[in-house]
Amino acid sequence: MITLWFFIWVFLWVMFFITDGYDLGLGSLLPVVARKEDERKLVHSAIGPYWDGNEVWLIAAGGMTFAAFPGAYATMFSALYTALMLVLVGLVVRGAAIGLRESARSESERRVIDYAFSVANLVLCILFGTAFANIFRGVPINAAGVFQGGFFTLLNWYGLLGGLFFTAALLHHGALWFMVKAGGPAAERTGRLIRWLFVGTAGLGAVFVFATGAVTGIARAVPDRPLMVIPLVAAIGGLLASTYFAGKTEWKKAFAGSAAFIAGLIFFCMAGIYPALLPSSLDPAFSVTATGSASSPLTLKIMLGVVVVFLPIIFGYQWWAARIFKGKAQAEDHY
Amino acid sequence: MLSDALFLSRLQFAVSTAFHFIFVPLSIGLALVVALMETQYLRTRDLEWKRQAWFWGRILGLNFVLGVVTGITLEFQFGTNWSAYSKYVGDVFGPLLAIEVTTAFFLESTFLAVWIFGWKKVSPRTHVIAIWMVLIGSLVSAYWIIAANAWMQRPVGFAIRNGRAEITDFFAVVTQPAAVIAFAHTVISCLTLGAFFVLGISAINIILGKGEAFFTRSIALAAPLALVFSILTAAGGHINGEEIAKIQPAKLAAMESHWETSSRVPIALLTWPDEKNEGNYIEAIKVPGLLSVMAFRDFNAEVKGLKEFPPEDRPPVLLSFLSFRLMVGIGTVMPGIALLAWFFRKRIAEKKLFPLRLLLAAALPLPWLAILAGWVLTEVGRQPWIVYGVMRTADAGSPITAGQALGSLVLLTILFSVVLAVGKIFIGRLAFSGPPGDDAPAFLREGGQS
Repeated sequence: MITLWFFIWVFLWVMFFITDGYDLGLGSLLPVVARKEDERKLVHSAIGPYWDGNEVWLIAAGGMTFAAFPGAYATMFSALYTALMLVLVGLVVRGAAIGLRESARSESERRVIDYAFSVANLVLCILFGTAFANIFRGVPINAAGVFQGGFFTLLNWYGLLGGLFFTAALLHHGALWFMVKAGGPAAERTGRLIRWLFVGTAGLGAVFVFATGAVTGIARAVPDRPLMVIPLVAAIGGLLASTYFAGKTEWKKAFAGSAAFIAGLIFFCMAGIYPALLPSSLDPAFSVTATGSASSPLTLKIMLGVVVVFLPIIFGYQWWAARIFKGKAQAEDHY
Repeated sequence: MLSDALFLSRLQFAVSTAFHFIFVPLSIGLALVVALMETQYLRTRDLEWKRQAWFWGRILGLNFVLGVVTGITLEFQFGTNWSAYSKYVGDVFGPLLAIEVTTAFFLESTFLAVWIFGWKKVSPRTHVIAIWMVLIGSLVSAYWIIAANAWMQRPVGFAIRNGRAEITDFFAVVTQPAAVIAFAHTVISCLTLGAFFVLGISAINIILGKGEAFFTRSIALAAPLALVFSILTAAGGHINGEEIAKIQPAKLAAMESHWETSSRVPIALLTWPDEKNEGNYIEAIKVPGLLSVMAFRDFNAEVKGLKEFPPEDRPPVLLSFLSFRLMVGIGTVMPGIALLAWFFRKRIAEKKLFPLRLLLAAALPLPWLAILAGWVLTEVGRQPWIVYGVMRTADAGSPITAGQALGSLVLLTILFSVVLAVGKIFIGRLAFSGPPGDDAPAFLREGGQS
């Protein structure tokens, strides 16, 4: 049961990264790919109907951590305190900017809003990457589950490398999403960028994977769990598929490849830290584990029922809504 | 106090919730108004109703987003600032939040997107269904979060095992009267706020000479809602008070500033608490037996006084007392204002009714004040407990430093102040730009297929 919950937990984070990941990435790219107002509007049209539903996966991942692994929720969130507060600021600015832009009256107001918007997106990409790299590697928590460092503890070279790599991967992901949803000069500009984003993602990805092997316990887990190879292969295959289909301008398939890449990699890394949800870098015995932090069997059962009943319903109406918005976005899609 | 991480965490949660609670009640209230307007359009095919729904819906859209972004900080804070709490009661409390996300947040966000971006993409009927789904989602969300809060007010259905509170009876947690009663009172007051918002904004627009006919129609729809819901809010508040008398006698004593246990307890209309000397500076204009009747429906009932509880178990009296009086005062006035609005709803734009329009404009902040006061009473009145009788607030914090807590408090306060200020300006633009005119989207002049 607890292992099953671990997979549900990982699944929710994966959903967050492959959905909100594309609008975070595209939002960061806004000033690069859009030069004129109707191009910027087009970028917002490719984000507007989706970002809020995507962000809910983050809230769901957080909420399910609270419900299924309250001990991990408490330790993880208080250990990453400053990083999470900055994430909150980023999320507030990102969302508020989208809401406010619609009733901006002048070019200069839109400029300020878009500037804040893309900076917030970029900062979020970096923060999520840094936070997750630190989770993979482990943070200094003591036997009582109390964090023994500060914000700068998280800014070690591996954490920063994770930030860079996630940013590259999400920008790549977001650019592909834009190619799926848009046409015109802004899309042409994005199309030219994609090769470089791919090179960056693949290069940083390779470095990140080797670094992960060197400084985390994830690689050591592979011999015991040979099945971990599957997500890793899926990730590599997805990345190769994304560039292959991007070359043939089959953007939907390229986007799916990128999603498989992100999902596979996160799955691989998280499977490698199991049974820990948050490893301790001081002593493996201090790690916050799934078993040690899980809720009671009754609560896990109730929550499993909720997930089994509601996830299909959610996928159902989200699929229905996605069909309504299928096809290319238009700049004047705004209400 | 600035070196006390717990105090700063409390302040931060209070600040975040206060900002969040400015936006959320308006989202719930406006969702109903917009849903009714668009349903009218679907029934009558009168394009005027479509324009109404679009106008108020745009305000709803922006307000909803601001509610979302301020709300996400709250979920995070249980982990960041209240980790001891999360660990101790997460088995009971966590599921309620997680179920809220699963059953409500996806629903709201998906259907709001369909509503906002789907004017030209879906049939009028689907479009109306979308806004009703948004309303249903927000009500479902409200139920779970209030059930979670009700469990903090009156913990049921759990046992202390393995050094923490574990769920034993989920059904009892979800269906306990404290949850149902608080939900009804809170949600109805949100609906009241939405109706008063439409009345106030419409009145100001008419005063400014923008679209008399348009806003008279808005008022005609909102006035009966304001009347019915403000009366129901008062009634629900009374039932809520009786529940408090049953489950939290200390809160009742604090909100009434009632010190000595006695029977046939009066309410003094003029009172000012004196916490230091365990009494009141003034108690004047007493209505005999009123408190006994209000709390227990019995003229002679005994009501426990604050002195019954050791000082360390008493909630802050002045704050509880003042927020209660403020809420009840506003709650008493609002049905009267709503009655006037309802009586003159069709003639509201007439010249001689200027004072009434002014009154509706002036009443705009009242429901917010009442709702915030009610929330302060609910939470402050529960102190010193975070979970009543089970866990003290003092034991609930995180092992974070005061510097961290101060930094995030300052950061979030500045950020939310900016969001609120800019949000108000932008909502004001939407609200006072007059009825949708020639620059409005073309679909407002078309019926659309169904």
